[in-house]
Amino acid sequence: MRRRMPVFAAAAWALLLTSAPAAAAPRSFTIVIDKMKFGALPAGVHAGDTIVWDNRDMFRHSATAKGAFDIDLPAGKVVKVRMKRDDTFAFVCKYHPGMKGVLKVSK
Amino acid sequence: MKFILPAIVAAGALALGGVATAADGPTDPQIAHIAYTAGNIDVAAAKQALAKSHNAAVREFASEMVRDHEAVNDKALALVKELKVTPEDNSTSQALTKGAAETHDKLAKLDGSAFDKAYVANEVDFHSTVNSALQSTLIPSAHNDKLKSLLETGLTLFREHQMHAEHLQATLK
Repeated sequence: MRRRMPVFAAAAWALLLTSAPAAAAPRSFTIVIDKMKFGALPAGVHAGDTIVWDNRDMFRHSATAKGAFDIDLPAGKVVKVRMKRDDTFAFVCKYHPGMKGVLKVSK
Repeated sequence: MKFILPAIVAAGALALGGVATAADGPTDPQIAHIAYTAGNIDVAAAKQALAKSHNAAVREFASEMVRDHEAVNDKALALVKELKVTPEDNSTSQALTKGAAETHDKLAKLDGSAFDKAYVANEVDFHSTVNSALQSTLIPSAHNDKLKSLLETGLTLFREHQMHAEHLQATLK
């Protein structure tokens, strides 16, 4: 038994290290707001990733998804928000509802 | 209301109807002056509403008008400075200012919901008139690309304001 333990332990560790999926490191995605528009929306966003809302416009905006988030975006400011859960978020600027987008966040 | 509104609409239509067509349209210094004047008028109207109205939705709308129009006008001032352009007073700006003074005086005599309705109705009409002028005359006449771009962003913004005012107007009836 005593002689076998190290073998078992080594085998177990090897198994763990090779079969455990490597957790993807959280990433950042930028959404630029300018001239009364949300810019290109990123694809491949996962829960845990961060959205960098870069409001280059002269106006205060918001990114508001009912029941999910309401992010204040002061003029000329950058606001970073971590997406905690997966879903498809339809959002608008609550001040200028003609500005809208859909952000997909996967698991 | 019935007495006041046609007068307000007529004043706006008369003022902006005086803008020449794109072919022999206003110059960039005149366009800058007209746009700045229109923005200032809306800021002043919003400040009047903030001083008089107790309706939360009307006050929220008025705050948005102050914030957005001041932002555009700050940008416009920075742009004319950068371009070394001096905004030029003109008959359209003067007619807009005259109409706004008359509207201000009429609204000053109203209180409560009568004021709210008249203010919001005027906002619908004023934005509609300014947006038509931007689209048909001011933007096509602008020569400088940066001025044109600012006017285009302004038009997108003011259309949002017009929709917001229309929705607000529907709730006040």
